[in-house]
Amino acid sequence: MFATKSVADDLAGSAPIKGRSLWADARARFFRNRAAVAGLIVLIAVAAFAVIGPFIAPWNNEDIDWNVLGNVAEGGRPSLETGHWFGTDALGRDLFARTVQGTQISLLVGIVGALISVIVGTLYGAVAGYFGGRIDNVMMRIVDVLMSIPYMFVLILLLVVFGRSLFMLFVGIGLISWLDMARIARGQTLTLKGKAYIEAARATGVRPFTIILRHIIPNLLGVVIVYATLLVPSMIIYESFISFLGLGVQEPLTSWGALINDGAAEMTNGTLWMLTWPLFFFVITLFGFFFVGDGLRDALDPKDR
Amino acid sequence: MALLEITDLTVSFDTPDGVVKAVNGMTLALDAGDSLAIVGESGSGKTQLAFATLGLLARNGRAGGSVRFDGQDILNLPEDKLNAIRANEIAMIFQDPMTSLNPYLRVGEQMTEVLMLHKGASRRDALTESARMLDAVRIPDAQARLGMYPHEFSGGMRQRIMIAMALLCRPRLLIADEPTTALDVTVQNQIMQLMADIQRDFGTALILITHDLAIVAGSCRRTLVMYGGRVMETGPTDDLFEAPSHPYTRGLLNAVPRLDVPQETLRTIPGDPPDLTALPSGCPFSPRCPASHDPCSSLMPPLEGFGSGRLRACHAAREAIT
Amino acid sequence: MSGPLLQVQDLSVTFDVAHRGSWPWTEPHKLQAVKQASILLEPGRTLGLVGESGSGKSTLARAIVGTVPVSAGRVLWRGADIAQMDASERRAHGRHVQMVFQDPLDALNPRMTVGQIVAEPLLTHMPDLSKAQVRTKVGAMMERVGLLPALVNRYPHEFSGGQCQRIGIARALITEPELVVCDEPVSALDVSVQAQVVNLLQDLQREMGLALMFIAHDLSVVRHISHRIAVMYLGRIVETAGAAELITNPRHPYTRALIASVPIPSPKAERARPRPVLQGELPSPMAPPSGCVFRTRCPIAQPDCAEASPPLTDLGQDHLVACPHHAEP
Repeated sequence: MFATKSVADDLAGSAPIKGRSLWADARARFFRNRAAVAGLIVLIAVAAFAVIGPFIAPWNNEDIDWNVLGNVAEGGRPSLETGHWFGTDALGRDLFARTVQGTQISLLVGIVGALISVIVGTLYGAVAGYFGGRIDNVMMRIVDVLMSIPYMFVLILLLVVFGRSLFMLFVGIGLISWLDMARIARGQTLTLKGKAYIEAARATGVRPFTIILRHIIPNLLGVVIVYATLLVPSMIIYESFISFLGLGVQEPLTSWGALINDGAAEMTNGTLWMLTWPLFFFVITLFGFFFVGDGLRDALDPKDR
Repeated sequence: MALLEITDLTVSFDTPDGVVKAVNGMTLALDAGDSLAIVGESGSGKTQLAFATLGLLARNGRAGGSVRFDGQDILNLPEDKLNAIRANEIAMIFQDPMTSLNPYLRVGEQMTEVLMLHKGASRRDALTESARMLDAVRIPDAQARLGMYPHEFSGGMRQRIMIAMALLCRPRLLIADEPTTALDVTVQNQIMQLMADIQRDFGTALILITHDLAIVAGSCRRTLVMYGGRVMETGPTDDLFEAPSHPYTRGLLNAVPRLDVPQETLRTIPGDPPDLTALPSGCPFSPRCPASHDPCSSLMPPLEGFGSGRLRACHAAREAIT
Repeated sequence: MSGPLLQVQDLSVTFDVAHRGSWPWTEPHKLQAVKQASILLEPGRTLGLVGESGSGKSTLARAIVGTVPVSAGRVLWRGADIAQMDASERRAHGRHVQMVFQDPLDALNPRMTVGQIVAEPLLTHMPDLSKAQVRTKVGAMMERVGLLPALVNRYPHEFSGGQCQRIGIARALITEPELVVCDEPVSALDVSVQAQVVNLLQDLQREMGLALMFIAHDLSVVRHISHRIAVMYLGRIVETAGAAELITNPRHPYTRALIASVPIPSPKAERARPRPVLQGELPSPMAPPSGCVFRTRCPIAQPDCAEASPPLTDLGQDHLVACPHHAEP
């Protein structure tokens, strides 16, 4: 402390010294982790692909290239000359444009699912954990009941009954994604509740919801963020699975899962590119998220403090 | 020849924030059967000194200098040879006994394991010996207690079990790191008395590491005061308390409130414990020292003898005499 | 000012401890953490509360601060029963009673800057203050506890333990409370830093006319800072008297044992110290002994000790002791 103190002495009276927050520490640790930074770069690249892709694609994702149709195995190959960089799908549509669109949808599903879980799950869990007792009991039993319903079944039922739409997919995913997060947030809140600074705030007379927002949630965020980064890929996998079953997003919209499904169906016709391109993006994105999640966990690990 | 001879020991750790210098050139000697108290605050390096002696440093730690036990250099010895010395010759007990006891094993199993492993005793002999040792640390109904799990004992009882386990192989040196800090004062009293009796009965040499000057006064023949990884002062306990020579020792003694003599205000040592990543090149205590002057912050004073068997490292104290 | 600041009358705190793996509706165990404790605290004075772990001293403090529910008895603040206050009055009352905690780092939110931490009670109790006023007050308070005001934007982990404890004290004093409850405020600190904090508390008390409730297991520190001391054992106050009187003339066998157990930092005095080592350890508070709770470890226990819990009786000069056999050696 002496070094900082002597610096402080020099500056005493002048402008206040900027502190080094735990977030800043964590950021520094994160950027020291090579695998995590590589994962982050991959994710940024994939996101850029989804955003910039539509502007550089020579073909529209809905247009059918009539020259290729009927001869996809030969004419639909990936090539720079035809402008079909990733080739075409079985209907002669440009696969590059389709993959861009699938990437947009899949990322959106993953991020929306994670966001719902972060917002709803964290608040729900923090409230249950902080108030404890009967409130906690009732709130967590509700979570238990929701968890014991086979959600895949419910999701499929929802999509069948209300029709397949992106909105229904979000509703379905939103319903289940926050449950685990609520449990995690509650568990963390229970340990935080024993901290003396929470007691200090209570003794001072700070209102319960202010305590939750000011003292509990910021200290939960580390765990929550780590879990959320690992949740995004699992949401993407859910969506892909649903789409693979043919129940996901509806044509002309598409997603990685739907594209992989289409590609897998055509595998025997010698058009392997239809499977490999979406699969490639799917896999590197998942790896990217896992590496970033791991890096965040190491960076935010409270043991390191 | 001294039982334990530490010469110029250094311990440092590589951390993302820089190199932490925990111990900076420690020298001490301990005869067989003798007792030494190492007193220091947090950041004095007292625990790392013990860990380095036993080869228990964390992976990012490095130790230099020499540690001779019974004439053999045991610093940086390979793990298998160290294992034979640990427990057999040198045993250690820690502040929190619960961390060194396996919660899923019965106390008897943990104790007999030590004997069977190190002494090759049969299971029955090991059990008998374990019961006798629990008896020696005054745990009532020892035979029955062998079948209990660590969590079924109170804090004081657990510390007794730790002492019993440490003594199982009849080590020649016992290192106790803050053995009573987690305990209540009445229990602390029991444990300190037990340690004194054990040391006398078994003839074990004892190193007591503590931050508490008061418990040192009645327990060890010699005392060593550490600060910032260096020896500040060392000598017979009686002399050191009677006439402390180093400003740090004096400051510490003045800062402790006493039950037997009322004090108006406590005299304090200003400042905070040292930052081990940025120690001054001279005396680590100089930024807080009331007698600090010119050479102190740039030149570490040597450890010099004075009086009978006393040593201290202080420019000011030396100048006062000459 | 006349009359006591704080009066605690026959206060009991009971915790429910659920049986392991029981149904939610089965009757839980009752853990009597504090039983029929009475305390009186004058403005500007210090009451020391000593006892070993499990003695209920921290629980008693928390019941007074209001973070632990009281099961029986009353806490009177300037004669007004705290239990009668409604929620908003209770919160406003928080301004007068503040708390300082044992582990300084644990008591500060790691995500907040020191300035935000110290300002929190102000924002709660004086929301009308402008930002500039808050900043001035926080700066002045930090200076008062010996911290550089320029450090307001730093985070707790950038400070040493002693400095963190100063931050905790600044937070407790910013609303100018009349009572500060200190729960083991120095036991986690280094010896050399302990004295700094003890002296700081004493200075602040003198300057601001604070009443202090000082809880510690270290009798020497408590004796140094307190005007009056109460000794607790297994949830009961067993003896209370003026600080000097209690130390020099302890009457309860537990107090005697406690005092005799305190080591003295002087080899000669230490060798001369009589050591009537107290046998055994604290019984479980789930199943306290019948009658006098200390009888299982008491050197002078009589058969009748098992029958009834002895009441606190006045020996004169405000020296109260809960032992009918205290006159016997």
